[in-house]
Amino acid sequence: MGLELYLDLLSQPSRAVYIFAKKNGIPFQLRALDLLKGHHLNPEFLPANSLQRVPVLKDGDFLLTESVAILIYLSIKYQTADHWYPSDLQARMRIHEYLGWHGDCIRSTFGVSLWAQVLAPLIGIQVPEEKLKRNRAAMDRALQCLEDKFLGDKAFLTGQQVTLADIMALEELMQAVAIGCDLFEGRPRLAAWRQRVEAFLGADLCRETHSVIWSIRELAANKKLPDPPPEMRSRMLLRIARIP
Amino acid sequence: MGLELYLDLLSQPCRAIYIFAKKNGIPFEMRTVELLKGQHLSDAFAQVNPLKMVPALKDGDFTLTESVAILLYLTRKYQVPDHWYPQDLQARARVDEYLAWQHVTLRRNCLRALWHKVMFPVFLGEPVSPEVQAATLAELDVTLQILEDKFLQNKAFLAGPHISLADLVAITELMHPVGAGCQIFEGRPKLAAWRQRVEAAVGAVLFQEAHEVILKAKDTVSLADPSVKQKLMPRVLAMIR
Ligand SMILES: N[C@@H](CCC(=O)N[C@@H](CS)C(=O)NCC(=O)O)C(=O)O
Ligand SMILES: N[C@@H](CCC(=O)N[C@@H](CS)C(=O)NCC(=O)O)C(=O)O
Repeated sequence: MGLELYLDLLSQPSRAVYIFAKKNGIPFQLRALDLLKGHHLNPEFLPANSLQRVPVLKDGDFLLTESVAILIYLSIKYQTADHWYPSDLQARMRIHEYLGWHGDCIRSTFGVSLWAQVLAPLIGIQVPEEKLKRNRAAMDRALQCLEDKFLGDKAFLTGQQVTLADIMALEELMQAVAIGCDLFEGRPRLAAWRQRVEAFLGADLCRETHSVIWSIRELAANKKLPDPPPEMRSRMLLRIARIP
Repeated sequence: MGLELYLDLLSQPCRAIYIFAKKNGIPFEMRTVELLKGQHLSDAFAQVNPLKMVPALKDGDFTLTESVAILLYLTRKYQVPDHWYPQDLQARARVDEYLAWQHVTLRRNCLRALWHKVMFPVFLGEPVSPEVQAATLAELDVTLQILEDKFLQNKAFLAGPHISLADLVAITELMHPVGAGCQIFEGRPKLAAWRQRVEAAVGAVLFQEAHEVILKAKDTVSLADPSVKQKLMPRVLAMIR
């Protein structure tokens, strides 16, 4: 059995892995699953020993979780173009520096709007306005830092070429953009960065990767989203409770 | 100017870097930045890291922040033994996997355990309710279970038969709740045995030296000066969420 990727394109780290594999022509079997239906809790859909989260990579007997680890694995195994994960020491470390900060300030921040507008209501919960206000402030701070400290005057976040850092960042931001947060208003440099990344990836691939997230509000409005099973509900409640 | 490391051994990622550099005989200039005195908020340190956090590294003109990045930089620049971050693709991926996982899970839980149990009440004079403390510790417990079941499993070390960056990053995190007086290894013989192996691999003296500050924290930390507290408070709240 060749390479298999277990993904749900609603999930931002899943999309980063998907877009990277597609862009680089890496052959893989897509194992699409639906988190809202709780597929990841069912060993029929997701290999048992995988922390019940996506993305997951399976390469023969080798099972790997965590988007960053998967991206690095793919870039080495398939010898993708050097710019993604440069062999130059300092250039590569800029990516890890970004990813460290990303984990602290981006990862848990930009998904909150989707939870508030779509996912929490799906199970009848409302996220308090106070938390949403706090989240907007956190997004603002993070965007400022993204623009000033990381992007600066460069074309991409860690240098003059696209790297793993750019796709990780783009996919997180898309989670908020797709449901109507205008993150780029008043941030022309960041807006230009987004265009450069999307242009590099190609409009078709971006459309394909983002189609689910772009349609999520409409699906919700038309009651086309699945009714999460009880075991998924309790996980969702936990996630919602963690919104600071 | 050679390698400079900006650290405070009160901070868990700083301890991992300190142990790693010492253990591998990497020559560096230690620049202590005392967080509890607010030294990281000085203009001088902002030149090194505008985000005003430790750890930070300076190597000539090259400045680098973020503990994982710093560990990986040292690993490659000083050609340390392979087991720390193996060349083998799958073995390396295991280390990367752990390093990515711990970031928002174990790290967050260990930090909260220390702050809720010791730092808020003793250092900031802000009592934390028993319910909040209990919730923090319960969450930590869940994460420890994942660490044991999904990562350690029946292996000697987290990513395989040899010690790697993953183990260093993990143990230095776990010593945070230990410093706060939590008996996290009790009832977890597998994790306790792993801790012994990590300590032995690092060397007892170095391990002790790196953890002296945190292990004494409970008894030595005292109430912050109001002006320091005022400066630190918003950052602490942001960090602890
Ligand atoms: N740090 C992980 C995060 C993985 C993760 O949080 N996945 C989410 C979707 S974005 C998930 O599978 N959640 C399902 C659940 O917890 O029920 C990565 O980057 O791969
Ligand atoms: N993701 C960063 C986290 C760095 C960090 O949170 N440092 C803390 C100490 S553990 C700090 O300097 N806090 C001071 C502050 O934010 O005021 C890393 O791994 O290096």
